[in-house]
Amino acid sequence: MTRLTIPKTYKLYIGGAFPRSESGRSYEVLSAKGAFLANAAQASRKDARDAVVAARSAVSGWSGATAYNRGQVLYRVAEILDGRRAQFVEEIAASEGGSAAAATAQVDETIDTWVWYAGWCDKFVQVAGSGNPVAGPYFNLSVPEPTGVVAIIAPQGVKGGSLLGLTRVLAPALVAGNTAVVVADQSRPLSAISLGEVLATSDVPGGVANILTGSPAEIAPWLASHADVNALDLTGAEGLDWIDLEISAADTLKRVTRPEPGVPERSLDRILNAVETKTVWHTKALI
Amino acid sequence: MKDIEIQGRGFLEYAPAPESTSILHLQKSYGLFIDGDWVDGHGQSFSTISPATEKKIATIASADASDVDKAVAAARRAYDKTWSKLSGADRGKYLFRIARLVQERARELAVAESLDNGKPIKESRDVDVPLVAAWFFYYAGWADKLDYAGLGAAPRALGVAAQVIPWNFPLLMLAWKIAPALAAGNTVVLKPAETTPLSALLFAEILQQADLPAGVVNIVTGAGETGAALVRHPGVDKVAFTGSTGVGREIAKAVAGTGKKVTLELGGKAANIVFDDAPIDQAIEGIVNGIFFNQGHVCCAGSRLLVQENIHDEVVERLKNRLSTLRLGDPLDKNTDIGAINSREQLERIRTLSDIGEREGAERWSAPCVIPENGFWFAPTIFTGVETSSTIAREEIFGPVLSVLTFRTPAEAIAKANNTPYGLSAGIWSDKGSKILAVADKLRAGVIWANTFNRFDPASPFGGYKESGYGREGGRHGLAAYLTNATTKGGRK
Amino acid sequence: MTIEQTVSLAPAERAVALLGSELTEKSLRLHLEGLPGVDAVGLEQRAAGLATRSIKTTSKKWALDRIIELIDLTTLEGADTPGKVRSLVAKAMTPDPSDATTPRVAAVCVYGDKVPDAVAALGAAHGDPDEGLISVAAVATAFPSGRASLRVKLADTQDAVQAGADEIDMVIDRGAFLAGRYGQVFDEIVAVKEACRREDGSYASLKVILETGELNTYDNVRRASWLAILAGGDFIKTSTGKVQPAATLPVTLLMLEVVRDWHRLTGERVGVKPAGGIRQSKDAIRYLVTVAETVGEQWLQPHLFRFGASSLLNDVLLQRQKMTTGRYSGPDYVTID
Repeated sequence: MTRLTIPKTYKLYIGGAFPRSESGRSYEVLSAKGAFLANAAQASRKDARDAVVAARSAVSGWSGATAYNRGQVLYRVAEILDGRRAQFVEEIAASEGGSAAAATAQVDETIDTWVWYAGWCDKFVQVAGSGNPVAGPYFNLSVPEPTGVVAIIAPQGVKGGSLLGLTRVLAPALVAGNTAVVVADQSRPLSAISLGEVLATSDVPGGVANILTGSPAEIAPWLASHADVNALDLTGAEGLDWIDLEISAADTLKRVTRPEPGVPERSLDRILNAVETKTVWHTKALI
Repeated sequence: MKDIEIQGRGFLEYAPAPESTSILHLQKSYGLFIDGDWVDGHGQSFSTISPATEKKIATIASADASDVDKAVAAARRAYDKTWSKLSGADRGKYLFRIARLVQERARELAVAESLDNGKPIKESRDVDVPLVAAWFFYYAGWADKLDYAGLGAAPRALGVAAQVIPWNFPLLMLAWKIAPALAAGNTVVLKPAETTPLSALLFAEILQQADLPAGVVNIVTGAGETGAALVRHPGVDKVAFTGSTGVGREIAKAVAGTGKKVTLELGGKAANIVFDDAPIDQAIEGIVNGIFFNQGHVCCAGSRLLVQENIHDEVVERLKNRLSTLRLGDPLDKNTDIGAINSREQLERIRTLSDIGEREGAERWSAPCVIPENGFWFAPTIFTGVETSSTIAREEIFGPVLSVLTFRTPAEAIAKANNTPYGLSAGIWSDKGSKILAVADKLRAGVIWANTFNRFDPASPFGGYKESGYGREGGRHGLAAYLTNATTKGGRK
Repeated sequence: MTIEQTVSLAPAERAVALLGSELTEKSLRLHLEGLPGVDAVGLEQRAAGLATRSIKTTSKKWALDRIIELIDLTTLEGADTPGKVRSLVAKAMTPDPSDATTPRVAAVCVYGDKVPDAVAALGAAHGDPDEGLISVAAVATAFPSGRASLRVKLADTQDAVQAGADEIDMVIDRGAFLAGRYGQVFDEIVAVKEACRREDGSYASLKVILETGELNTYDNVRRASWLAILAGGDFIKTSTGKVQPAATLPVTLLMLEVVRDWHRLTGERVGVKPAGGIRQSKDAIRYLVTVAETVGEQWLQPHLFRFGASSLLNDVLLQRQKMTTGRYSGPDYVTID
């Protein structure tokens, strides 16, 4: 007689904990072949609100950590993920369909993406900042700083992208010390929550990354208009009324990243999308 | 209140707090680490001892010219067949592994370092080993980002790097050399200092645990001749040396006309400038840290105190009071502040120069430390009444000896600070930002510390002006030494 | 910029000796603002360095006993009853009933109106800690906020002294300090010191609480420390314990440096009391190390150093028990107060 499994309950990941949606709603997640996989929590606007609160309160700790420390934490995400490769491969193969090889490739690239961005934490300032030779007796230094809370729409329904797509938008946001609220792939959300479990056990402080599952069409407008969100990444919002979202974000002059199809590349630009450059002047005088 | 009678040093005579050496699993003798494995050396093997007790720790192999040849060949093979074919991401992954292994074996490495070098366990545990891990961690992240380093569109490795390191921060100097070299795609033959090979040999074990491909890093122990053979070897593309200015000169001459790229990190006679508006208690700590940290065996040590004349007496008095709580003794005691001098040779040099200082008229004062019977020790010493023409204001002593000079104005402080062939580092103590920045502007030194001293970070470039050497280690700048542009001359394709 | 009127301050011996008999707001201000600055990074690093001292075996045994002897065992709750005070006093006299070698604490610290209960409960054990007895310290001057008229604060002080308090822990007016009215802060301390005078001409010992958490910067703490000493304080104390942050090692180090400099200047010894947030033996040991290596071991006596603490005592007792029995102990083996 085959062993009875204990199916996992998939909840949201907010503030380092795994709450159900305050609305009590859930929705069916089906495999590529249409079989029932699990019920995922359907996040409401109040969950999004709570996630932003959690993200905001995590900003001072995360941005106040040394760059070295942030780099080590993001590297640990890769360590923990690498140790749980098999689980992720299985989950992706079931939900996206496709071969085990393709799923493995996606998981490996996800791990390598975390490593790539981990290595940027204590370097991007040296590449994007500068001492400036102003014409006067002043010390002048430009330094990129984190913008604060970033709301992100992860790629939706992209082949080979349910986990990788999320990583490619989430990891760069965290490098500079920002915190994030990310809306996962609606139809293939399970890897996103499993990633939340990895984050929760990788020394990532609660609230630094928050993952909502459910309908981006329902949630995104609340994030776009939220006055306590500093930047809006619409990478996965191609299928939404994203122009309206951009207009809504304009009310509070959020920094907006527009949609792009497929799984985005790794890039330094994605880190710099979520930073502000501060330039400091200081007089110099011997007498 | 009453006058308490204190027996002996009372509470301040803290009970022994020894760090146990049982964590170490040392061999009785070590070979050379070439091509991923241990092999015998053909030179005359020698002992490494603990400078605190003069007891032997292990027998160390010595690499002769044929061994050096073998090591360079192994590095070349590894470069051609393996390392240059790996992606930057994969090179980075090896470096991340090494960083993590150093963290995992941190305590063991710290104990070995203090045992072999003589520095307090408190320092190897809290400063040296954490920086080693951080250095590997930092450069791991550059390995696949060289295009962003601002060093050209497609920077390439040079090939095989010959690296010779000193005895004052053995494992840290190893990290400063190996991490950027490997991140940039080079392979390495490294020679640790003769008196401090132990941590490098334990590091070789870590390389095996990390599964680093054979030949990427080779460690050849030996003395001056081994280093000379390595540096002069025609199969080497790059030479990196940290050590005395004297040997640095010889190396610069030896590589002239050979096409080898060279970087040198040499001696110093840094000025620690204390203005009358300095945060005084922290300045005292900074002076102490500047010259007595690591027994003064620091190239960037603040060995000249330039104190504003109007606060000279107060500063000297506070300094002497502060030195009375420094604890000299067993490096493996967790409360030790001042450890052993690294070798008999170095101790002699410190004594000789101190005697010269006295003869030339400076006033000598030493902290009242109890000196152990065995081992090499020198009590922290201050010379006042030192002038710019004194020998001890010019020559690097490389020991816990501070020379105190005065100045009247910021301009005079700058002039005196710059009045040396060296130019490695300097310190500025003042509560006034505009003055700090203006003084920093004018000091001819590669590293300037304001209201702090002896701070190191893998993200922060370090290196000297003038006879303190050239090239920078640390930061984005630290990659430059190990890369070339495909379009420029030099380096191998 | 308006020229301030030269406001004369109430006389205090030390201030007059240092600044001259024309003691004014202006001269006091010039002195305080002329003090050397504090680099916070350097100060905190020095404190962290002192915290790496490894105090073991015989040194640890000595330190644990000494810590107990330097504790002001404290209860400062609105809900304090006579019963609570009696229980605290019993604990102060017999910290560990299972171990007769346990020393006694230096003092009990209570609200001013609870002094009679403390004195009664101590009975024959009430007296000078230098003689193995236990003092009564009272917080006064509208502790913890200090927000009341001077008349009320002085009455608060006098009541406690008359009821038998040996020591008064007063609070400075932080509002006045932060508004730059140093002379007012000074005068209040002088007045409170005067209110500590008993009929027989002796004075209760005055501890001046700076409330470093509200002063916020180390430069302010340095100035307030000097001000409190110049005005006649016998002790400078970090905190009320009711505001975070309370005592920290760096802030205490800074205050010890001021006390050291005052001693060098005048030969006088002033006490230091960190209070609030020191709960573990290993932290308390770090304070002892900091005292010994900054001002010297002479200061490790009840009239020059105290811990304002409550739960610290039990942690020290647990550590003592481990040193005696060789095994880790637990909360069931120490008494609650």
